[in-house]
Amino acid sequence: MKDRQPKLKDYLHDIQQCVKCGTCHAYCPVYDQERREPVVARGKMALAQTLLEGKTEIDERFMRNLSECLLCGSCSNKCPNKVPVEEIVAATRREIAAQKGLSLFGVGLTQVLRRPWLMKLGARFGHLFSAVLFRRIPQQSGLRLRFPAPYIRRDRTIPKVAPHFLRDSYPEFIPGAEDRPHVALFTGCMINFMFPQIGDAAIRLLKALKINIHIPKDQGCCGVPALSSGSGGTVTELAQRNFEALGRTKVDAVLTMCASCNFGLRSHLAKIGGEAGEELAGKVMDIHPFLIKYGIQEILAHTPAPAEVTRVTWHDPCHLRNIGVTAEPRALLRALPGIEFVEMPDADKCCGLGGTFSVYHYDLSLRIGAKKVDSIASTKAAVVATGCPGCMLQLQDSINHAGLNCRVCHSLELLDRALNLEQSE
Amino acid sequence: MLDKAIIQQLQQIVGADYLTTEPADLTCYAFDATQRRYLPDVVVYPHNAAEIAEILKLANAKRIPVVPRGSGSGFSGGSLPIEGGIELVLRRMDRILEIDEENMIAVVEPGVVTETFQKAVEAHGLFYPPDPASLKFSSMGGNVAECAGGPRCVKYGVTRDYILGLEVVTPTGDIINTGGRTMKGVVGYDLTRLFVGSEGTLGVVTQIIVKLIPKPAAVKTMLITFDSIRGASQAVSHIVLGRIIPTTLEFMDSTSLDVVRKATNIVIPEQVKAVLVVEVDGEPELLEKQAQQILTIVQPFGVVDTKIAQNKAESDDIWKLRRSISPSLRTVNPNKFNEDICVPRSRIPDMIVALEKISSEVGVPIINFGHAGDGNIHVNVMVDLATPGMDEKVERALRAIFEATLELGGTISGEHGIGITKAPYLRMELKDKVIDYMRIIKRALDPNNILNPGKIFGTDGGQ
Repeated sequence: MKDRQPKLKDYLHDIQQCVKCGTCHAYCPVYDQERREPVVARGKMALAQTLLEGKTEIDERFMRNLSECLLCGSCSNKCPNKVPVEEIVAATRREIAAQKGLSLFGVGLTQVLRRPWLMKLGARFGHLFSAVLFRRIPQQSGLRLRFPAPYIRRDRTIPKVAPHFLRDSYPEFIPGAEDRPHVALFTGCMINFMFPQIGDAAIRLLKALKINIHIPKDQGCCGVPALSSGSGGTVTELAQRNFEALGRTKVDAVLTMCASCNFGLRSHLAKIGGEAGEELAGKVMDIHPFLIKYGIQEILAHTPAPAEVTRVTWHDPCHLRNIGVTAEPRALLRALPGIEFVEMPDADKCCGLGGTFSVYHYDLSLRIGAKKVDSIASTKAAVVATGCPGCMLQLQDSINHAGLNCRVCHSLELLDRALNLEQSE
Repeated sequence: MLDKAIIQQLQQIVGADYLTTEPADLTCYAFDATQRRYLPDVVVYPHNAAEIAEILKLANAKRIPVVPRGSGSGFSGGSLPIEGGIELVLRRMDRILEIDEENMIAVVEPGVVTETFQKAVEAHGLFYPPDPASLKFSSMGGNVAECAGGPRCVKYGVTRDYILGLEVVTPTGDIINTGGRTMKGVVGYDLTRLFVGSEGTLGVVTQIIVKLIPKPAAVKTMLITFDSIRGASQAVSHIVLGRIIPTTLEFMDSTSLDVVRKATNIVIPEQVKAVLVVEVDGEPELLEKQAQQILTIVQPFGVVDTKIAQNKAESDDIWKLRRSISPSLRTVNPNKFNEDICVPRSRIPDMIVALEKISSEVGVPIINFGHAGDGNIHVNVMVDLATPGMDEKVERALRAIFEATLELGGTISGEHGIGITKAPYLRMELKDKVIDYMRIIKRALDPNNILNPGKIFGTDGGQ
């Protein structure tokens, strides 16, 4: 499909807003490891600017420098001039793809992303061969790849593909109370294929609140992996598909359980053109504030506490932090019976996954993850909760590398368990 | 372009992984916070003084310019490779080597970020006061090279007041030590002070011995609003005459208040024409009393309102007002000329009047705020350089600002240094004879003018 994403030249004014002050140094997780200007936002703004001025060629180093970004938004969040760095980096990557073609990995990835049947087939295949591909690590959750796969190192923890997929397990509409809101649940790929238990938990929680739930089967990928690889056409195509699937029935909110999906869905819907896209984008909402708004805390208040107390800490996914969803997940965790909530230092620092970043720069990604693990370890928490399956993947991998005895889960799983909803069904 | 043989020699010194000549890397080292662009020929990331000595020996023999760089966040172009050559990036040398609680000193490498260092010593109940606005990302080496200041300097002094000794690699490649680990020390010339603030033109600092003081137990923040800048300034003088030296004494004049009114939703009553943010620090039980004393002292000078922060949130609120100026400035015009003149603190009102006059005469907006306690005014000439003839107007405004500053007994740079941005104005402040002596020093240390050439004295260098 034709790429309707903004072009790099559309960002010229934004790029000029970067005054090279250096504030981004203080917040970039990659710079924190590397201490080189090309990895940090202002270096990338200089590269984007010289590219627009025609003063540089896209060579191998140029591409590498542009690939060294997590798109985490830590810099733009603190930028005095509010330069939209992630958008500019993504636009530069699209420019690279337009001039040089997608990387081999990018080609493979986008082929899968734009074909849900292929993704499903791959996932099904992955499930059948899970036992051969992965081996379980004693005492720790998560799995490690047994055989080296292209681009993926063998000591990397990859979760098992789920035996059932989320969207296959539910009807497209689950009615709630008549006077309660209607929501569309955006499942995202990782929750649909790898962590359906998060979706199960979300659906039980929404049912407990008597919400009317729509789960359109033809929704697809949010577009973040395609954005990260620089495939503008795929981003547009996916956004169009999601617009049609999620916009079919009039809903009050489109709920996400994955921070990155929230970012992807919201920003890409807004850019497909037309007011309808923008209106739907405006309804995209993370599930934590929604649950609070519709009274989950009152239910929690009447839930008896278990005998055992678990110590839990919270990791802020970048894409929740960037939209200011930081208080709500904490409020929910604090409200859980049987849970002692502890704040970790630098909870809002990126875990280091960054989508395709960790595929191209796995060592660097692990070094950023190791710093996160130090923060987690200092809390002596048994569980680290977060609101993004991507972060879960990275956190568990980093924890396994460090040999720390700590489990990673989605906050929705803790909520579900505390309310014992699965048993009462 | 440097020839291959030299690149190979540099590679042998620092290792192939710690050097780059890739255009896509050099582009990222072509700038600092002045936004001017000059490409280096090669970027090297040395690990220690020995490597730097080898690099400088090679550069000196082959007459290659070498430009030391910390975080590249300077406002005067100190780290720009204006003649190309070797960009010497020191951010990898970032160890805190020692925190000696008994003698209250620390030893650090130049690449340590200032705030990282401050947090490390504060964990020991110690304090390193200099607090440039860039402290979250600027490096200790850069702070030493520029003799950085900050709001707390009114009470605690600037970077040079905390540097006891240095390890320096000279432009000819010798590694020398200046000063030492003691508070006192009068053996020979004070070379430490010579290197502090020398803008990377005399040597490359590779270790810094820092003096520390006990961390103040508590801080109290207050906001005082005035109906005129003169009132605010008189208030500052009388606070000092009352023998109270606050930790910080920040002011905003009516130009900066107007910008904040327009760009943010912060409510500032119309009759407020100047604002002081005052902080005192020390034992908590004394602070409330001192704050009340200050409020009594300032009362006769057209005070509109006062507020003493009772907790961290209220203090953050007060600072939010002061910190909202810089980001708001760009709503005035896209291009900023950010000067950091300094006048005796009693002359601030005269300077503000002069600035207003220059602003209307030349026809460019000038927005002022800064450190009232030490007379350091951040003068921001906000223009759109795309407007025809604007370059000339800016030049006229800057010259007039510096003339007025010097007439009032001030200096053209309190914190940022001369570098390249203020080099054309150096002669306005310094007599020829003084410049001659400075150049004699430069020539003695750097006979071939290879270290940061073109800075301070302009492109005719130290020769």
